[in-house]
Amino acid sequence: MELLSGNEAIARGAWEAGATVGVAYPGTPSTETMEQFATMEGVYAEWCVNEKVAVEVGIGASAAGARVLATMKHVGVNVAADPLFTAAYTGVNGGLVVLAADDPGMYSSQNEQDSHFYAKAAAIPMLDPADSQEALEFTRAAYDVSEEFDVPVFIRSSVRVSHTKTPVTLGEKNLYTPKEYKKDPSKWVMMPAFAKPRRKVQLERLSRLKEWVETCPFNKVFLQDTKIGVVCAGAVYQHVSEALPNASVFKLGVTYPLPKEALKSFASQVDTLFVVEEASNYLSDSVKALGIDVADFSLPLPRDGELSPGLIRTAFGLPQPESFDAQNDVPGRPPALCPGCPHRVVFKELSRLKAIVTGDIGCYTLGALPPLSAMHTCVDMGASVSMAHGFELVLKNTDHAPVVAVIGDSTFAHSGLSSLISTVYNKGTGTVCVLDNRTTAMTGRQGNPFNGETLQKRPSRELDLEGVVRALGVEDVRTVDPYDVQAVRENLKSATSSEDLSVLVFRRPCVLLERVRNTPFVVTPDCRACGVCATLGCPAISKDRETGIASIDSSLCIGCGQCAQYCSFNAICEGGSHA
Amino acid sequence: MPKTTTVLLCGVGGQGTILAADVLARVAMESGLQVKISEIHGMAQRGGAVTTVVRFGEEVRSMVTGTGSSDVIVSFETTEALRNLPFLSKEGKLIVSDEQIKPLPVATGNAQMPAFAQKRLEDIGAVLVPAHQLAVQAGTAKASNIVLLGALAQALPFETTVWEKVISERVPVKFVDANINAFRLGYSAV
Repeated sequence: MELLSGNEAIARGAWEAGATVGVAYPGTPSTETMEQFATMEGVYAEWCVNEKVAVEVGIGASAAGARVLATMKHVGVNVAADPLFTAAYTGVNGGLVVLAADDPGMYSSQNEQDSHFYAKAAAIPMLDPADSQEALEFTRAAYDVSEEFDVPVFIRSSVRVSHTKTPVTLGEKNLYTPKEYKKDPSKWVMMPAFAKPRRKVQLERLSRLKEWVETCPFNKVFLQDTKIGVVCAGAVYQHVSEALPNASVFKLGVTYPLPKEALKSFASQVDTLFVVEEASNYLSDSVKALGIDVADFSLPLPRDGELSPGLIRTAFGLPQPESFDAQNDVPGRPPALCPGCPHRVVFKELSRLKAIVTGDIGCYTLGALPPLSAMHTCVDMGASVSMAHGFELVLKNTDHAPVVAVIGDSTFAHSGLSSLISTVYNKGTGTVCVLDNRTTAMTGRQGNPFNGETLQKRPSRELDLEGVVRALGVEDVRTVDPYDVQAVRENLKSATSSEDLSVLVFRRPCVLLERVRNTPFVVTPDCRACGVCATLGCPAISKDRETGIASIDSSLCIGCGQCAQYCSFNAICEGGSHA
Repeated sequence: MPKTTTVLLCGVGGQGTILAADVLARVAMESGLQVKISEIHGMAQRGGAVTTVVRFGEEVRSMVTGTGSSDVIVSFETTEALRNLPFLSKEGKLIVSDEQIKPLPVATGNAQMPAFAQKRLEDIGAVLVPAHQLAVQAGTAKASNIVLLGALAQALPFETTVWEKVISERVPVKFVDANINAFRLGYSAV
């Protein structure tokens, strides 16, 4: 038995099934899946520039005959939706399995959309494992389903499947012979003349899938006390079986399409049927649409956030265990940019400029939190650049604060480049800051085109960021060291006061890459308690609540010297020692 | 359904809660039990509050805990112990490092640390462990998490030989001795 996370088990399942090509863009809670797959024998795996590209590379590799694993977080499925909907027409050659990893509760995401709706909308079958053993088995089997029905297959996980480790019995690797590629425009060229017949193929396939799902081995019925019957899937099944240990349960392993007759038969065997699910009404609405009565809970289940056995017990009118009261004087502990983070000074200066900052997805989204409080918006990957253009369109010819887009290097490659091309094409103005910290930091420091590191350490081409931007026609392109406060301030000031579109590249490696620790800084008796250093939001700096005198925690300080540049009294200098 | 034991480990991103949880889970597994560990990755790791749940027993269903449902809470920091108190069973055990880490809103002067945290925890029966001090004594300040596992081992039915075997397998080779020392110091501290 091996203790594997759901993500590691999915990677193992794909490998056992003979998948040899892995494509992904990192995103919590999916990231470790492709990192794990990349370490397995005989596979090729790559970080693609975004999820759409990943799925397209995957469709190509599948057409060419290989079994393919594509992995992404739920919002990545939005980006990949375009090829996925049409891959559901073309079908596959080698099996194509796509992981959609949802984040109910939004531990590390901007929304908690439910990927089940994609399965239904695109008519792509979806398997929902409830632990790591199932994650391995369902993924391995998904390749056979994909090839038998000539369709991509979704594996849907949530943070509690992807990031829960449970013991797993490993299987053997299949001997998979790649399929032969044959030219077939009627299958692969989706122009109207060929897409129309493929649409009929898709509908006919869906009928066959609906027949298959009635008796497939992934759905399980546990008939116990028949007063209450519960339909559920995935991690929620684990909560249900804990909260209601005697209830009868229909555990869906396939959440699209649903087994109509099997569910009807289950419903007829229980007095009252409930559907328990988190983040949306996908399952309950789908079960109702089959003509099955679904009962209401004693108290409604929360419609947002994650479920737990306790919340389910409450919904069924069961008592909660006694507990200690919540302590109401506990201060919040939000995440913060690391000590020495190269993003900090840029946000501090944008805050001083009172700029309208359109932000993006990454560690640097933390620049929205106090005390930096610099970011005004964050919607999706690449939106900083396009939203800045939108702001400029409306605010131009008014007396307005400068509009500045802030985007990380990996996010810029993912979607920011196409936004910038559009701004250039439409003669947009404003300032774009690319915070190039040489890595995809938030998800655990993955490679990207601008640092030239690939997933399996193969040789790569490191893209010239400034060169690319200049080639688009942006004339004002500057490279700035974000540790140099004066340079950051002056460049932001001149760029934002110019009428032209400017791109400032702030380049310094993420402090977690090499973990260099210089001599820590200390606060000298010259401190006048002005409090400016504490406005940088560095976890190493604090000020005394009574006296206002600053202090630096030498165990956290990495000696970056950013704070010393802000001290008007020269009261911060090198000279501490690491604890 | 047979009883499942729930241990909640909480602290601040970067304190080593995930490694500690991983060791605990493997000890339970080596002792012949079913086990689930649920972790949170991503944004919370940047110095935010983190919790990891380990559940073990003859059978384990859910991977999360709820109010009044944790048999043991191991907190790597006193403020986080207070934050997570509602998750502790009224009959549960509370093991807390005496360390106190100021969250950013406190460091910047916009919030205050809870008053008398240690005393309030002791009043409800918490065991306070000088984890940092013992880890330094053991040979590396980084082993505070293993000191706390030593204290936890007193509250759980697993053999110390199994704990030490798993710790030796899961920490970097050159820190094995320091971590075994840390485990023993934590074990004797309670």
